[in-house]
Amino acid sequence: MSAEIGQWCLILAVLFAIAQGVFPLLGAARGIPLWMSVGRAAGRAQFLFLAIAFGCLIDGFIANDFSILYVASHSNSELPLYYRVAATWGAHEGSMLLWALILSVWTVAVTLFCRSLTLPFQARVLGVMGLISTGILLFILLTSNPFDRLVPMPPDGNDLNPLLQDFGMTIHPPMLYMGYVGLSVAFSFAIAALLGGTLDSAWARWSRPWTLVAWIFLTFGIVLGSWWAYYELGWGGWWFWDPVENASFMPWLVATALLHSLAATEKRGAFKAWTVLLAIFAFSLSLLGTFLVRSGVLTSVHAFASDPARGLFILVFLALVVGSSLLLYALRAPSIRDSAHYALISRENLLLMNNILLVTAAASILLGTLYPLVLDALQWGKISVGPPYFSNVFAPLMAPVILLAGIAPLFAWREASLAKVWGKIRWLAPAALTLGIITTALFWELKDIKVLAGLSMAFWLIGGTLLSLWSRVQLRSSVLEGLQSQSLSSYGMTIAHLGIAVFLVGLVLSDRHSVEKVVRLAPGDTAAIGRYDFIFKGIKTVDGPNFKAQEGLFEVRSEDQLITELKPQKRSYRVQRNTMTEAAIDPGVTRDLYVALGEPLDAGAWSVRLYYKPFIRWIWFGGLFMMMGGLLALLDRRYRRHKMDPLVTA
Amino acid sequence: MKTLILLLTLTGSSALFATEIRSFADPDKAARYDRLIGELRCLVCQNQSLADSDADLAQDLRNEVYEMIAAGQSDAEAIRFLTDRYGDFVLYRPPIKPTTFLLWGGPLLILLFGGVMAWRYARQRKPQPLSPLSEADQDTLERLKKTSG
Repeated sequence: MSAEIGQWCLILAVLFAIAQGVFPLLGAARGIPLWMSVGRAAGRAQFLFLAIAFGCLIDGFIANDFSILYVASHSNSELPLYYRVAATWGAHEGSMLLWALILSVWTVAVTLFCRSLTLPFQARVLGVMGLISTGILLFILLTSNPFDRLVPMPPDGNDLNPLLQDFGMTIHPPMLYMGYVGLSVAFSFAIAALLGGTLDSAWARWSRPWTLVAWIFLTFGIVLGSWWAYYELGWGGWWFWDPVENASFMPWLVATALLHSLAATEKRGAFKAWTVLLAIFAFSLSLLGTFLVRSGVLTSVHAFASDPARGLFILVFLALVVGSSLLLYALRAPSIRDSAHYALISRENLLLMNNILLVTAAASILLGTLYPLVLDALQWGKISVGPPYFSNVFAPLMAPVILLAGIAPLFAWREASLAKVWGKIRWLAPAALTLGIITTALFWELKDIKVLAGLSMAFWLIGGTLLSLWSRVQLRSSVLEGLQSQSLSSYGMTIAHLGIAVFLVGLVLSDRHSVEKVVRLAPGDTAAIGRYDFIFKGIKTVDGPNFKAQEGLFEVRSEDQLITELKPQKRSYRVQRNTMTEAAIDPGVTRDLYVALGEPLDAGAWSVRLYYKPFIRWIWFGGLFMMMGGLLALLDRRYRRHKMDPLVTA
Repeated sequence: MKTLILLLTLTGSSALFATEIRSFADPDKAARYDRLIGELRCLVCQNQSLADSDADLAQDLRNEVYEMIAAGQSDAEAIRFLTDRYGDFVLYRPPIKPTTFLLWGGPLLILLFGGVMAWRYARQRKPQPLSPLSEADQDTLERLKKTSG
């Protein structure tokens, strides 16, 4: 029964989405207040029905209702309850419904927090969101209905992909979608401002916190995904430039650029046209990511061509969204007047450089991700574009971004004096280089140029960030007063930039100094990595709720001190009959020890992968720092003072 | 005991110690092998390098690469052997040829385009020298000064 209720709610939701998309926009164009006010009610009703629909689907999973095709394909009565709930968004149909639900959550958030915006502006924002929602809900109803029944009903379900039966994987998609879909708010604000001709600093101030929240979720989602790949996939890597990863990384890069250009637009009225364009790009890339991941085009261009309904729908939808917003932009951009003037040497122009580099990086990743697809579609040959390409392209673009981030906050808006900045940073480069040389020589080898360069850059960034905080603090009479007078968003920036340095340290050290060994171990054997001895004690069989596992026991000793015991597993899931490698990790601030079982060999011996990964955690710590920085900036007092905005009704 | 361990390590075929599944006497070859299998694609996997995959084909290809490197062949020879069989698809580092010029050159073109646009834009935004106020404006200014003062 629940599937039918869910189906009905889905249909009602799409009707409300249409109402939310059509009336407010027409009302705003014609100045009809009643039509404009439809948006709020319709948005909330849509949320209500989507929440019920989603609840019905979860109920189908909890109740093991295998007469629902989606449940039968992705769950099983043996699957633990927790994973049955998470399985709701474990595959295509359910994750699209989650996408739609999250969009309606954002819509309700807009109706709650933007009540003081003028009615036409509010109506336009909600209208644009309603149109997006209409597209996604029609996509679900027409091509990807999670409530389709399966006749006859099978006795049991096909189970959830064992890879997804994991904590990281259950919260990774909701977080990522909160980010992806959250960018639709910034997009809708941009389109509403273009439609209404209200591109001003108030618009930028209103867009900033929404972009920031979406960016925080996106950052968290990506960090979670990378961490999950690291411990779950069993190859010790944390990023492979896989198209699915790129799909989340491109919007992140553009959203990062957007946050920076919004700062310039809000504070100085600069880059208005460019900021609008970035908001359009950021959400378009989110949609493109959804297309890439959901259309099957990645597995093979031909798989896409043989079952084109879904892919074609998203492609047309994508073309409509991107095409119409760019058309609107082209029509309105000439009338956008940038009033701001600033010298060549100014913070504005440094932010512009940051934007050019970040967007070039995103565009290059897009090029590398789509290139093999296009080549294959044109039948010009099959190629693979992998990590060597992306790191070659990405590193030279990011190095200047990091160097700029170190000093840009020291430059004044409008016109910066090079002499003044030079006075502050004279010692930065030599100090960073000296510290880099000392730490590299002390802990690693001086001839390791990449470590030397990476650490020096990290010191440069840390030094520059703290210098700029200090230069703002010392303007006050005492340090304490100076520290208190700094805004939360200035602390947010400081912490986020320090996060880049932390990330960089983790990236360089784990990349250059990880040790990997693939060894044959019989019980009683020892393998050594550096000063760590891994002693293989043996294998036993363990029973899980829906799997049987071979569990190895490894003692790790260093200079005869027991460090830890590691118990990696090779799981064999009963339903889907595939084996999963469950790595065992001893985490540490300065190093991870990582053991994954390979294949059983002769006479009780196993092939085993052993890894020593120095500083790898710093990669995710760095991401969490950036997130914390974003949260601090979000709490800034400024975003609670809306009374003086011209967009707001008196 | 220590001598025993030393002996066992020297003989190299101990039951106590792990044997590396593929080891090279020459550390340079080991590094080349590691780099190569990291940049070659496992053809039957979704998107994994030979180094990371446990698939049978990946193990076979790792063996092939191992044998070739151990036998003293160059990286280029090993790569040619694989591309002759499997095409460019096996390479995660796409070879530079006419169909990939745009791929390798694209990022630089985008950066140059962005840089030129930004430069032109930045020059336009330079502060204009203030033009003197017109007489009417001057009057208004004086009036405002008086009223506010």
